[in-house]
Amino acid sequence: MTAILELLSGLCLFLGGVLCVTGGVGLLRMPDFFARVHASGVTETLAAPLLLIGLLLQMELSLDSVKVIMIMILVLATNPTATHAMAKATLHGGQRPLVFDNDQDAGGEGSSKP
Amino acid sequence: MLTAAIVAILVTMLLALIRTFLGPTEYDRMLAANSFGTKTVLLIALAGYALSWNSFLDVALLYALLNFVGTIAVMRFFEYRNAPEERDDPESAV
Repeated sequence: MTAILELLSGLCLFLGGVLCVTGGVGLLRMPDFFARVHASGVTETLAAPLLLIGLLLQMELSLDSVKVIMIMILVLATNPTATHAMAKATLHGGQRPLVFDNDQDAGGEGSSKP
Repeated sequence: MLTAAIVAILVTMLLALIRTFLGPTEYDRMLAANSFGTKTVLLIALAGYALSWNSFLDVALLYALLNFVGTIAVMRFFEYRNAPEERDDPESAV
């Protein structure tokens, strides 16, 4: 039983770490603010609960487990809200997403959506 | 595996920090700062367990709350900075 829990915890921590680094690379390498919001927000929403579940499976059941679950619920509730507010603020601030038109000649020219 | 996860979080924090310094607009900087804050919560939770600190989860919980409130506050500030005339004006409406 303990070995199974250890294995599950290691799997969750590994997947969470990989997703974490993926989000960081996307945050650094994406061409546009909205693509960066996507990369950061989507991966964080899955990476944070995975890492916290991995932690939860390692520690013995106590009040600390409840606190970890509370952190998980809080991150799950607030993180998408924060990224949504950020994208909305950016749209109101006058920035437009970068779109590529495939119908035009493939010059890789970015144009602003009207 | 706990150590590997902590190292992954640290690498991600470094990447977010690079984007914070590099970011062309203030929105990019704020997004990277928010991502950095979330990673800090995870780092406190994991490293506190690995190093057996006392009451680290309370600190992580508080940091998550403060991170969200700070991000929302700064974004409200940025959102209406460019167009103050679009705000509803009660004096002119009456």
